[in-house]
Order: sequence, then C-alpha cells, then structure tokens
Amino acid sequence: MFDLTLAELAKGLQKREFSSAELTQAYLNRIHDKDSLYNSYISVCDEQALQQAAAADARIAQGDAGPFTGLPIAHKDLFCTKGIKTSCGSRMLDNFISPYDATLVSRFNEAGAVTLGKTNMDEFAMGSSTENSYYGPSRNPWDTERVPGGSSGGSAVAVSARLAPATTGSDTGGSIRQPAALCGITGIKPTYGRVSRYGMVAYASSLDQAGPMTRTAEDAAMMLQVMAGADPLDSTCAEQPVPDYMAGLNTPLAGLKIGLPKEFFAEELDPAIAEQVQNAIREYEKLGASVQEISLPNTRLSIPAYYILAPAEASSNLSRFDGVRYGYRCTDPKDLEDLYKRSRGEGFGSEVQRRILVGTYALSEGYYDAYYRKAQQIRRLIQQDYINALQQVDVIMGPTTPHPAFRIGEKSNDPVSMYMEDIFTLSLNLAGLPGMSIPCGQTAGLPVGLQIIGNYFAEAKLLNVAHQFQLATDWHKQTPAGI
Amino acid sequence: MSLDRSDVERIAHLARLQINDQDIPAYAENLSSILHLFDQMQSIDTTGVEPLAHPLDAVQRLRADVVTESNQRELLQRNAPATENGLFLVPKVIE
Amino acid sequence: MEWETVIGLEIHAQLSTNTKIFSGASTAFGAEPNTQACAVDLALPGTLPVFNENALRMAVMFGLAVNAEIGKRSVFDRKNYFYPDLPKGYQTTQLAEPIVGPGYIDIELDDGTTRRVRIHHAHLEEDAGKSLHEDFHGMSGIDLNRAGTPLVEIVSEPDMRTAKEASAYARKIHAIITTLGICDGNMAEGSMRCDCNVSVRPKGQEALGTRTELKNINSFRFIERAIETEVARQIDLIEDGGRVIQETRLYDPERNETRSMRSKEEANDYRYFPCPDLLPVIIDDTYIEQIRAELPELPDARKARFVSEFGLSEYDAAVLSAYHAQADYFEQVTRVAGDAKQAANWVMGELAKNLNQKDLDIKESPVSADQLGGLIARIKDDTITGKIAKQVFEIMWAEGGSADEIIEAKGLRQVTDTGAIEAIVDQVITECTTQVDQYKAAEPDKRGKMLGFFMGQIMKASQGKANPGQVQGLLKQKLDALCD
Repeated sequence: MFDLTLAELAKGLQKREFSSAELTQAYLNRIHDKDSLYNSYISVCDEQALQQAAAADARIAQGDAGPFTGLPIAHKDLFCTKGIKTSCGSRMLDNFISPYDATLVSRFNEAGAVTLGKTNMDEFAMGSSTENSYYGPSRNPWDTERVPGGSSGGSAVAVSARLAPATTGSDTGGSIRQPAALCGITGIKPTYGRVSRYGMVAYASSLDQAGPMTRTAEDAAMMLQVMAGADPLDSTCAEQPVPDYMAGLNTPLAGLKIGLPKEFFAEELDPAIAEQVQNAIREYEKLGASVQEISLPNTRLSIPAYYILAPAEASSNLSRFDGVRYGYRCTDPKDLEDLYKRSRGEGFGSEVQRRILVGTYALSEGYYDAYYRKAQQIRRLIQQDYINALQQVDVIMGPTTPHPAFRIGEKSNDPVSMYMEDIFTLSLNLAGLPGMSIPCGQTAGLPVGLQIIGNYFAEAKLLNVAHQFQLATDWHKQTPAGI
Repeated sequence: MSLDRSDVERIAHLARLQINDQDIPAYAENLSSILHLFDQMQSIDTTGVEPLAHPLDAVQRLRADVVTESNQRELLQRNAPATENGLFLVPKVIE
Repeated sequence: MEWETVIGLEIHAQLSTNTKIFSGASTAFGAEPNTQACAVDLALPGTLPVFNENALRMAVMFGLAVNAEIGKRSVFDRKNYFYPDLPKGYQTTQLAEPIVGPGYIDIELDDGTTRRVRIHHAHLEEDAGKSLHEDFHGMSGIDLNRAGTPLVEIVSEPDMRTAKEASAYARKIHAIITTLGICDGNMAEGSMRCDCNVSVRPKGQEALGTRTELKNINSFRFIERAIETEVARQIDLIEDGGRVIQETRLYDPERNETRSMRSKEEANDYRYFPCPDLLPVIIDDTYIEQIRAELPELPDARKARFVSEFGLSEYDAAVLSAYHAQADYFEQVTRVAGDAKQAANWVMGELAKNLNQKDLDIKESPVSADQLGGLIARIKDDTITGKIAKQVFEIMWAEGGSADEIIEAKGLRQVTDTGAIEAIVDQVITECTTQVDQYKAAEPDKRGKMLGFFMGQIMKASQGKANPGQVQGLLKQKLDALCD
C-alpha cells in the first residue's frame, strides 16, 4: 500500500479496495512506527485525520467523491491549519494554534483530503538543510547521516520514506526543488502567484510560492489541480485560468526544444551530477526532443540579489512576531523594549536572526540604493535572461543542485557555502518562473535531481515533460534501502 | 564592507533582537562575509534598469467595501500571551 | 528683531469607508475593544492585505477637490518600526508614488484677501490601534479596532505664515473632506487629526529655521493656540541665545504649552521599501473622470453660488459654505422659507447662538431646516412678527413642533384685522394724553421720531401680535388728524 502513488490510491479508494479510514490508519501507524528515525513530522494529527477519513468514506459511499476525496497528505508546517499547531519550525510559534486555515489547506479540505500532520522545516523556511528547525533536523532516508535539503525537508522526507503519499511544500529560493532532488522525489514550484499565499506564513513575499512534493509528475498534477487558482484574499495571486493538468500529461515530446544553460554546467557542479543530468538529456533526445546550449549570463548574480531581497522582505515580514498578540513571549519583560528584544532573541533561531540582521541592514538608511534597489535591478536582468532564453526553447533543463546531499553539520557554520547550494534554484524565484525537480539518477547511492524550467504558467508543460520521462525511466521508483 | 561590533549592535537594536554579547563577533564575521557576497553586484552597470518588485506585471486588485468579518475576539485571543478585558497587555507604554 | 513664522500642516483624515483599508473588518467607532480587529488586522501569521476600492475612490475624490495631479500609478510602501499599536511591525503607507500629487487650495483671511496654500501630496495609509494607559497592574492595554482604518494624510507645503492662516487652512480642508463625504471631520474622536510643523526665521531670511512638529491638536482653536504658544517659545529661546532642536512636541491645551515628547525622539530609521504583498495601483482617465463627474459641489463653488444665486454678502456666503452640513441646512431653510437673506440671518444668528450654547453640531440641531424654514415663511407672509418669531423659535427648540402648530396653540398669530388694531390705537391715544399733546406741539418734521413711543405702547398692548405696518399707518393717520 505504501508504494502506491496518489493516482493509484485514488483508484483503490474509488474501487473500494480499501477505505480512507484504513489507508489513513495505516499511514498514521507507519508514522508513529518509523518517523523517530527521520523526524519528518512536527505534528501528527491522528484524531482529525481519522475524522476527515470517515467523512471522506461517507462521501465516497454517497457517490459524492471528487478525485482527491479520502487521499492522505501532509502539509509543511508553515501552512496555517485551523485548530492545529502551525510552528514554522520555530520556538516562536511552538505554542501557536492557528485560528484559521490557509487557502491552500481549505482547498484540500474541501476536496476531501485527509491531513496526516505537519512536516518539519527550516525555521521560517530559511535554510537548505532542515537543520535550522527548532524540532531538530530531518534525516535523509537515503542516508540518515545526511541532510534532506530544505527548507521543505520534512515534506521531502515524508514522501521519500513513504510516510505520506504526497505533501505540500513552499519554495522561496529552491525549498521544494532542492529537497526533492536530494531525497529522490518529484517537486514543482509553480509560477509565482499560481497558488495562493494566504495562510502560508511569509518568508519573502515576492518570492514565496507553494507547490506539491510527490512521488511522480502525475501525482504532482493531481495536487496542483487542487492548489492552483485565484484567491480574493491574496492580492498577488494570479487570475489566469487553471488548465486541466492531467489532460496534458501524455502529449508526446517529439519536437520539444530543450535549452541547456552553459552557466548551469560550470565548475562548481559536481561532475557526477553533470553526468546524470547529461544521461537524462539523452533520454529526452530519444523521446524526440532537440537540445541546444543557451546562456543565462547573470546566473551567478542571483545569489547576492536573492540574499538581499529575501532577507530584506523577511526582516519586515517577521516584525509581527513581537510577543504581543501570539507566539513566544519572554518571561517577566521589564519594559516594552525588553519584551521585544528578548521575545525575538529567544524565540528566533540563529539563521533567522542572521537573515533579519542582513535584511535590516540592507534596508537601512544610506544602504537602500546600493543594496535593495540594486538587487531589484539585477532581478530584472535575471528575468530578462530567462525571457530571452525561453523565446528560443520550450523548456530549460539543468541540475537542481550542484552536489548531492551533504552531511548533517557539514555546512552549519558557514552560511555562505550553504547559500551556494541554491545557485541553480534561486534565479527562478527571482524571475517568478515555474520549475520542477525530478529524480534522474544517482551518485554514490544518493539521488540526483533534474531541474526543468518553463515559461510563466507553463506548469502543464513541465508536468507533461516530467511525466514522459517517468514513463520511460524508473528513477522515480527507486526506494531508499530499509524503507 | 566589514561590520564591527557597533554596527551589529545598531542593526540588532533596529530589528529588536537581543543578541548575546559573546555572539556578536561571530555575527559580525558572518554578516561581513554575506556583505562581501553582495559586492560582486556593484560592478554590474544597471543604469536605466527598472527595479523589479514583482515578477508578474500584475496590478492591484480591489476589494468591495463590504464588511465580511465578524467579531472573533475570543478565538483570535486564545494565542495571546496576556489579555484583560479584551485588550492585549504589554509592559507600560510611555508616550 | 522681526520674526517670520513658517507653518506646514500634516492632516490625517480617517476615510468614511465601511471596512478597513486592507481587510473586511468594520470601521465603526466605539465598539468593544478588539471586536473589530480581524485576523488581518491582528497581523496573524500568513494573513495578507487586499485593498479597499472605496478608500481609493475617496482619495481620488480628495485629489480632484484640491486641484491635484492624481497618481495613475501609486505604490504602497512599508514603514518599519516597532510599537504595540502597530501589529505588523510596519505601517503600510505611500512614500515615493502617492495617490495624490501636488495641488492647492485657496483660503480666505479675515481681511477679505485670499491666500493660496500648496499641497505637496496626499497619500493613503493605515491607522494604528490604540494604547490604553489605565493601569492594568502596571501594564498597558492594546485595542486594535482602529488598526487598519484608512487614512489619507494631506501634507501641505510650508506656505502659511500665521496661526490664523493655519487654522483657516485646516478649516478649509475640513470643509472639503466633509463636503465630499469622505470623512466625518470629527476632531474630538480623532477622525481628523492635525500635526503642525512650525519654525521661525528673521524676516527677510530665505533659509528656513529649525522646525518642531506639534502633535495632539484636536480642535481648530487649539491649532491657533498651539502655534502661537510654540512660536513664542521658539522666539524666546533664540533671543535668549538658545537653539531650536528638531523634535516632536505635544500641545497641552490645559496648560497652553508645548512640551517635548522625548520617548519619540530616538533617531528612527524606518527602512521604507515597497510592500511586496500589494501590487501597484493603476487607474486610468476614465476612472478619474467618472469620479470627477460625480463630485459634489465644493465649498468654493458653493460660496460663489450663494453670492450669485441668493445675493448673499461675501462674508455670509463664506461662513455658510465653510461647513457642508450648515450649507445644506441653509439651502433647505431657503427652499422652505423662500427667502435666502432671512434664512442666512436665522442660521448664522439665532440658530448658531443656540447651537453654540449647547455645543451642538448643526446635524444635531433640535430645530430642523424644515421647521426653521416654516417659521421664516410665516414671518414673510405676515402671519407673525419678527419678534414673535423668536418666541416661536424658542418653543420649537425646547418642545418641538412646526411653526404653524406653535402659532396656533399659543395664539401668536399677528393681528391684521383693521378694526381690532384701530381699537388698540385709539385706546393708546386716549391713555397717553401727555405724549399726544407733545406730539401736537412739535414741529411737523420732528413728529416722525415721536411715533416710536406710541408704536411701542401699541405693540405691548397687542402682545406683539399687531402687524407693525398696519399699526404705523393707522397711528400716523390718527395723530395727524388730531393735529389738524
């Protein structure tokens, strides 16, 4: 049962091969049994999950079920879930029970999904390893001494270790794609604004985007179908109509034009990763695609631009955590300033504090033009690179990460080297384009991710391109040992 | 660009973050190395480049001026560290 | 040394929308604490703003009313600072690209001249909550009902030179926003708040002196007093060899002094940047012109019409048009009474006197415009005399009722029956023999002045009800007959 994809589980439920209650209970048992090894969940919602499953079974019995009714999933712990702790991996929100549901959560609830629990993450989505969680690091199922990537590490681990058929994640600089690559699963970061941000605790508002993390592209299509679409509660959510993502999956790839950015195959790339990605490209050629080299000349500037813009927005977004209306409050504040400083100093972990400091500095008087404004200009240059490239090709492909999963603790004391792990993913968030990571090989027993980048709102195309690869290969079916 | 102790203290105060004294040198070093990362931008000529605030060229949507929210004080204050008579309590505000 | 005062005003006007600028919570005044603060207003994690279309419309109305350029593209910025009444840790406001660009208004001064005051810009922003300082075991209480109420902040150029000009400017802005119906203008409740930037410089000097910002001014009278007090302080300070420091000062009306707000003195670095949760607000000419077409008549135009249409004096027209509720009232009185000059006299005289005594707004007047108009109509058609009318007005004010009902019930109808009047005239002439003799003895050209005594006696005898015109005619006729 745990090897079935979402699509297969949906069929099983429809054919009454098992009930949602049975499926849910099986997953809950497995989580309680195995997750101590991986630490992929912050909260497990047994009671609510079983209630949702019972309601789903009733809907199925009444013939009132949709394609998602009764399917168990887990949400990254930055999506607000009414009545359930929403911690963002932070001590700051360790006691926060959300009084409302994020739009994305409501949509899954209305579709009849079952929420198994809330997954572990880097605190406030700031990190590339899930080591920055107040609840301890998640562990990579392929090697539990290694990180799963981040910040949606718990979501990636849960799917990889078969502790959830599918999960939600969020991606501000690679936080869906990078852990998907390191854990050998499928993840898609949709176009900025494709999925509502309402109820997703903000890290960097102009970059944040929610997306699915699944075993297959087909499952990602099912998830995205529920998540995507306009939301009157989010001014930045796109109004474009949502296509039928399942319908386009089987379009043949003959004639597909693939661009390979030469900057993505530069010296920082691990040669073993380069080899796996090249193999995948050859597979696409077999499927009828043509390949050409392209250039995204400003790629290396995405790191400074991102690490100014994201912390700047974060420094402001995280000001609301002040110990007044909710969240952590220090004991016996002697005055207002003490309340602020100690609540925030004690409630936030060191990476969050570091980024708040960087962002505060970048916005402070006298530095705005040199940092923030300059970074926004660079952001436009990076976007223009992509727009130019996507006039020549249908999709852009390259590695998702420069290296496979690194060891827990290996980069903890060197923030800059940690930031460099995001080199291939950041630019997409800056441009607002959709991107996907699918498993495309292994090196030394660790998964390698292929990144597929498309034009604005071309999610259906990406899913199609990924699905065709998954029909032809079985990298996505590889399972970590001991699962 | 390198930051010293007083820079870190000033920024930490602006951001209302209590930082332990012994951690300041490490923060100063971290932040300096991050700022160093930013320096590579400065050589790029961005004259005439319009800053990009949002990736999509979208415009603000408007909301009808209709009351949609009802009183949820009890629910919304359940997470509050200290309340009295429906007010959030904080150490004395001096004006 | 002769000093010149330089004043600029920042006026915050709460817009009369139903809901907050970025949430669907009500803005009604006076609710129980935090019952009108929704998840967005409390800045719960994950919540996002969506802009209120009515706040936009009202800001554009204001811009058009002050002859301003309208920002076809306006952008919301974040102003970052920590304060317990500011839930997000930043205020959403507009800095570089406000909705209303440069404009101006003309103000009338007491000497009859007008002065143009330029408006630098006006921008939309959200109001903060309130800190309540009653003692909660040494703590303060925070009420966020007001948080997120839309404000338009109107920033003038430093074009005013006297306290009177400043208050005239504030009154004019008040007249405009209340006429537009975009703000209730209630200064006591804080719907309209005024900060004054004040500096002095030696007369003839070009460079501006160091300014102070006066806060907490909640009436037009206090604007004048606060500025006068502050100007005197600054001049004394400089003449004693001191220096004005740039700071925020609080006006204390009870002591009539300004004092430094040291707690706000900390050098602030607001780290403004464009709000990434909101997109640029884009409007086009069609939108603007549609709003222009729907603008109500503005105070200046109304004043001009009061002069041309009703023949009012410039002064009366200015007073009546300065407050839209009063202007509306006046026009309704005129419609019912059919006499604008009488209507103006009554509204600015008897009515204003009574309202002032009771400290009432004209909207709260116990005597409606229809009642007052009805009363004036009865003067015009000679049903009652002007003197009786004041009596009727007092009854109306105290007890209610229409002029006709009161006149009828109290028997105040003017006596126009010639026979009845003649009887009273005859009676007075018979009783006042001494005065009649004096009248007869007087030179004919002096006699006119002597009629007053008889008129007074007759009106008294008739309890004010005799028609004065008829009385005068008959009296003169009868006295002159005695002289022949």
